[in-house]
Amino acid sequence: MPLLRVDNVSFRYGEQWVLRGIDFAVEKGDFLGIIGPNGSGKTTLLRVIDGILAPQEGSVLLEGAEIGKLRREALARSVAVVPQYSALAFPFSVEEVVLMGRAPHLGRWRFEGDEDHRIARKAMEMTDTLGLAARDMESLSGGERQRVLIARALAQEPRLMLLDEPTAFLDIRHQVDFFDRIRSLNRDRGLTVIAVTHDINLAAHYCDRIILLKDGRIGAAGPVEAVITEENIRKAYETRVMVDRHPGTGSPRITLT
Amino acid sequence: MTRFFLFTFLLAVPAIVLSVAAKIETGKAVTPLRVSRVCALLFGVFLAVAAIAAITGPHRIDLLSLLRQDGAAASPEHTIVFSVRIPRIILAAIVGATLSTAGAVFQGLLRNPLADPYILGISGGAAVGAVLGIIAGLDFLPFGIPVLAFLGSLVTIVLVFGVAGKRRESQSGTLLLSGVIVNAFCTAAIMFLISTASGTRLHGIMFWLMGDLGLADTSQTLLGGVALLAGFIVIYLHARDLNLLVIGEEQALQLGVDVEKTRRVLFFAASFITAAAVSLSGLIGFVGLLVPHIIRMIFGSDFRLLLPASFLFGATFLVAADTLARTALGPSELPVGVITALFGAPFFIYLLKKTEAGRCRF
Repeated sequence: MPLLRVDNVSFRYGEQWVLRGIDFAVEKGDFLGIIGPNGSGKTTLLRVIDGILAPQEGSVLLEGAEIGKLRREALARSVAVVPQYSALAFPFSVEEVVLMGRAPHLGRWRFEGDEDHRIARKAMEMTDTLGLAARDMESLSGGERQRVLIARALAQEPRLMLLDEPTAFLDIRHQVDFFDRIRSLNRDRGLTVIAVTHDINLAAHYCDRIILLKDGRIGAAGPVEAVITEENIRKAYETRVMVDRHPGTGSPRITLT
Repeated sequence: MTRFFLFTFLLAVPAIVLSVAAKIETGKAVTPLRVSRVCALLFGVFLAVAAIAAITGPHRIDLLSLLRQDGAAASPEHTIVFSVRIPRIILAAIVGATLSTAGAVFQGLLRNPLADPYILGISGGAAVGAVLGIIAGLDFLPFGIPVLAFLGSLVTIVLVFGVAGKRRESQSGTLLLSGVIVNAFCTAAIMFLISTASGTRLHGIMFWLMGDLGLADTSQTLLGGVALLAGFIVIYLHARDLNLLVIGEEQALQLGVDVEKTRRVLFFAASFITAAAVSLSGLIGFVGLLVPHIIRMIFGSDFRLLLPASFLFGATFLVAADTLARTALGPSELPVGVITALFGAPFFIYLLKKTEAGRCRF
């Protein structure tokens, strides 16, 4: 059984169909990228996968269980999301934010125990944020902040991690740092990752498989080499590009022409 | 002279304890032990302030003679302390705790540091009810004014949530707007009522609008206390959910909070206790805005500590303010809302300066 199965999902806001007949599966250990032009339905698809939006047709199954029927708490124990950006209304320290990842594992009355502190500490170690533990979230740079959000997601001990354009506000050094960390979590710990991103080259560089969305439908899906082709990109983005091989890694690389 | 010393104590005790606590409590994670330690400390401060309040007033109390005649209820001193001052201290504590707790909840739910218990229009509705009651001369009925004020605030709650409706997108913004509009409407209605009121009623109206803790009797105070306790338990059960709501509704969902249900429960509980307190005391401003901020600056933003600490410090703050209100000008009383704003505003500005725009803790 695949970890996640998106079964013929269609979704509309009001009368406007945003997703049509989306159908794919994600196996454990996959690193899936979702790309596509603005308005193609990437973020909507991510929200459907996370159960925040309920599709009018089709269903999303997490290990065979329909996501819409799970309680939020149970879902949060399996699926964690790293958002694009997080703005807190009141000051919280990095440690407090990472410990929030333990919330779905605690009952209503329970405080975080030793085990929860240990897990949060380990998540901070893996993301190099342990030294920031006592800092106020507001005082962090963009790159540090995204690392803290990965730590919080890791503290949830999820089986599936969703990334919602997590590097949109980062410079290239921090984009690479971010995705290097995610890939090593994927390779070394078998964490399953679905990443929505605007950056085709980043997706080509890090993902195993890619889904290219166009107008709410799957335009192309499969291994990176099969999806990132001049023709597919031109059709989806209505922009002419040149695709060649990255000289170092051999993964496809697009250049504007 | 004695009064001067008592005032100094009244202000110095909480100030000293809080600044010492601020030094010790910086940046620690919240544990049950820490919550109980902070609560014990703040409860001690409350008891000290309440004790000072009980012996402060126009009638001087000789402590020794008060303690000596145990059980003999005949003496006037005994009557003043146990039948007049202590019930009023208890009412002030209940109202202060309620407003501070509700203020903290509204600030978290609306993700807005400017939120206070009155922000959704509860004050306006209660005021219209109370002013109507005073003009109609119902203030000598035992439950007349409180019942009208409570009904008035219930009407506004229903109205505001009705206007905001079920629209999920930016529901906080819609709620805030409808609260502001309902409050503006109520203010106009109150001005209209006041302009038709006779001179003898005006004094009563003014005191109610600025807050007056001399109105409620024991049974009303008791009801307010029961409402507060019930509301606080419900609210505290959602303390961690409030932490998650502060980082945003979508992220709260992703961390496992049933956002819609939690918001509904918390809005209702906070509105309900506010309505109960307002109907007993009139509109006491500033407490509900100020106290959560003071506590947050000292003990951090975690609601599991913020809520009980605001509860206790809010009670302390209003008992102290009311003691000043009823004694500062000799035998005549000031509306307590005047004191909370006069002392609260400068203190708040001082704290803001000291904590670099209120962002980090000292």
